[in-house]
Amino acid sequence: MKIALTVNGRPAALDVAPRTTLADCLRHALGLTGTHLACEHGVCGACTVIVDGAAVRGCLTLAVQADGAEVTTVEGLAGDGALTPLQEAFRRHHALQCGFCTAGILTTLHALLTENPDVEACEIREVLSGNICRCTGYIPIVEAALEARAAYRRGGDPAQ
Amino acid sequence: MNTPNTYIGGHVERVEDARFLRGAGRYIDDVTREGMLHACVVRSAVAHGRLVSIDAEEALAMPGVHAVLTAADVTGEIPTIPFRRPNPKIGPYAQPVIARERVRYFGEPVALVLADSPELAEDAAELVLPEIEPLPAVVTRDAALAAEPLLFPGTTEDNLAAVFTAGKGDAEAAFAGAALVVGDSFSTQRQTALPLETRGLLAEWDADAQHLTVHGAAKLPFFNRRAMAKMMDLPETSVDYVEHDVGGGFGARGEFYPEDFLVALAARITGRPVKWVEDRREHFAAIAHSREAEAQVELALDASGRILGLRGEMFMNVGAYVRPNGMTPVRNCAQFMSGPYRVPNIALQATAYVANKTPAGTFRGPGRYEGSFFIERLLDMAAARLGLDRRTIRQVNLLTNAEMPYPLAQIRPSDGSRAETSCDSGEYSEAFHRCLQAFDWEEKEKLDGRLIDGRYHGIAVSCFIEGGASGPAETARIQVAGDGGVEVYVGSSAIGQGLETVMAQIAADTLGLPMECIRIYHGSTTYLAEGWGSYGSRATVMGGNAVREAALALLARFRALAARRLGVGEAEVSVVGGQAVGPDGAVLDLADLAAEGLAGEAKFLNSDATYTNGTAAVHVAVDPETGRVEVLDYVVCDEVGRIVNALTLHGQVTGAAVQGFGSVFGEELPYDDDGALLVGTLADYLVPLATDYPRVRCLSLESYPSPTNPLGAKGAGEGGIIPVGGAVANAVASALRAFGVAPNHLPLSPARVWALLNPPD
Repeated sequence: MKIALTVNGRPAALDVAPRTTLADCLRHALGLTGTHLACEHGVCGACTVIVDGAAVRGCLTLAVQADGAEVTTVEGLAGDGALTPLQEAFRRHHALQCGFCTAGILTTLHALLTENPDVEACEIREVLSGNICRCTGYIPIVEAALEARAAYRRGGDPAQ
Repeated sequence: MNTPNTYIGGHVERVEDARFLRGAGRYIDDVTREGMLHACVVRSAVAHGRLVSIDAEEALAMPGVHAVLTAADVTGEIPTIPFRRPNPKIGPYAQPVIARERVRYFGEPVALVLADSPELAEDAAELVLPEIEPLPAVVTRDAALAAEPLLFPGTTEDNLAAVFTAGKGDAEAAFAGAALVVGDSFSTQRQTALPLETRGLLAEWDADAQHLTVHGAAKLPFFNRRAMAKMMDLPETSVDYVEHDVGGGFGARGEFYPEDFLVALAARITGRPVKWVEDRREHFAAIAHSREAEAQVELALDASGRILGLRGEMFMNVGAYVRPNGMTPVRNCAQFMSGPYRVPNIALQATAYVANKTPAGTFRGPGRYEGSFFIERLLDMAAARLGLDRRTIRQVNLLTNAEMPYPLAQIRPSDGSRAETSCDSGEYSEAFHRCLQAFDWEEKEKLDGRLIDGRYHGIAVSCFIEGGASGPAETARIQVAGDGGVEVYVGSSAIGQGLETVMAQIAADTLGLPMECIRIYHGSTTYLAEGWGSYGSRATVMGGNAVREAALALLARFRALAARRLGVGEAEVSVVGGQAVGPDGAVLDLADLAAEGLAGEAKFLNSDATYTNGTAAVHVAVDPETGRVEVLDYVVCDEVGRIVNALTLHGQVTGAAVQGFGSVFGEELPYDDDGALLVGTLADYLVPLATDYPRVRCLSLESYPSPTNPLGAKGAGEGGIIPVGGAVANAVASALRAFGVAPNHLPLSPARVWALLNPPD
């Protein structure tokens, strides 16, 4: 099936099998391997990408469902520029170890902080509970998200 | 200019983060090759049975399916996977790389489908029909010990893979003279390490060069290369294991598994690159399990609470085969149960039995987590009986630096250099006091055992040691590139722990250069002739010291070359900050001499373990209506000899503690009576989530550098998980003291805690 979508600001026209998930489409057809798969049934959140502003599971979304949508993956957060304030905060707080869950957590938190830059720790944890990180114990991730709020409050989209 | 020791000890941000944060990491599923085939493993759905036939006709008829490999495609004997710690008894229990006549666990590989895409391979695997005549499954300890049936009839006479003893002093005499003997039965449940990235491999066979390359290495590529070369009947130099980014290890990932051989065989047979990426469901049945242990142990004490002796027996269900590292948790549990305490007399026996379950291996703190749970429970039970404060009974038994080196129990049969080992350094009461101070024990003790707002509060303290620096050696080579950059090659592997940063810190400090000049290459057999890897909390100590020695060798070479170039004596040249300065002020940079082969190599040899020690304190609240336990505070303090990177050290300790909570409360791999694994997804294997354990605090000390190595570092990647079981169970016992419960069996799921409070009539 033919679909057309915008990924990280660039238009993409593709011919995909109906059963292809958005995550597989991004990884294999578009070479955007920053999006990872770790359970393929919507539990771990590693494949989270942003579709029209909302954080969604790339493994539970069919590529054809994203026809006409605007998709942001981890590669699109900073683009070729400097790391975003959220990414910088992750580094400062050691909010990642093996890095496998990181893409899905960054996209989840980016969508959350864009929507609500005043979000409190308990809500960050609530939203983050849809992502599994096996390395960090989550504590530094929450600290990084709290610190990054200031940049989102200053307005605009700190990821662009 | 940088002065020496600028980086070691700091909160140095990680160099690998830049690529991970941009989504530019390269994990095994991101590696592709032109024309590659995709593999899917067909696994036994029967735990124990005779493999009669495999019908692959329908699968082979599917367009896009290239082959279905079975045991019939293996020439000669089916190879078995070698052991990391060989011992006389385990030989017959080695795992064959594919089942031929008999399957012994749910998930055992019986065939490999090769197709044009992973989806097609999966579809075709559904059509491969193994005919298996079921045999009675051995699931429990009783069935295994009764040898009904035998898993290896005709080869072995029982289902016991090994019996280890850990001994020291005269335990019988100690128990005979004791003021108090406490004992009980304990158990820890089967679980798995669960790295978030599942396993994966990509094998390439170059028929012209007769060379095999296996991508997807982790943990110990050099051991696996040796194993593969032997199985493939190739010289070692004809096999390479290549490491890419690795999404977590925790002990289970990177060992030699059946798929290593099968994927390589497929590449060799088809002549095309073959890739296999495990899905999560098969991960649960295929990757090593760990921790299924039962113990009946006793502690002998004098009236003041001093430990006189420790004795008893343990039984570990190691699954259907003995995997490379299958004996490590078994022998560790026996050898390290005494933990950080002065235990002069020990007689422990640990029996590893086989059963029709996934074969076991290691998970962070293997055997140590189990043993710590057992002895910490015994200490609290003894304190209650003697009327002692739970702090006092630990304090009087913690080792002092004056006693170092302090010998631990000896393991028999001997399984290598660590059969005899000694704690290296440390005043163990220091971390104990610092932990309790940060925890504010006196204040929290006022809540201990009290019912507040419908929940019972409890606190506990637990002490531990963590063995590190697995021997015997690690290698490193450093060379200066033409652009003046310094290339560091190290045999250690990166499994997500921040290896590149730590090695760059050590190299930069030793060379007196900024970290930006350093490029770290690790984990692949292509970089060095020999190497070891990352396991047993060894990389910082073994790899770090190898890098340090290689850097010193490079500096010596730099001085010599500079002296020759300047026409002066070596003693007249001063080397600082990556520059050689002659007596007349002439300056040479590293880059100036790069063309003359500016390099240094080292093999750091050390078979002495390091022992980080530490203490954890926990405050819980137990809801008697639901059995749910909330962790209100958790403080862990460890003494690590020398901190190389405070940021990554704290990351390891915190992450390990939270993994420990997963172990204590939720993670479990249950089987039914027929040996079918009842967990297949992350929705039913309950790892900790962000909402579960928000309060963990850690602090680290570096008061007693390890005398075993020039850096003075002690391995510290696993300690965080070791004390969690004992600490939490004791806190629950303390909270529920009014009910006299004994939380001696993990996990402490809400259902189990509720059942402790509501025993059947």
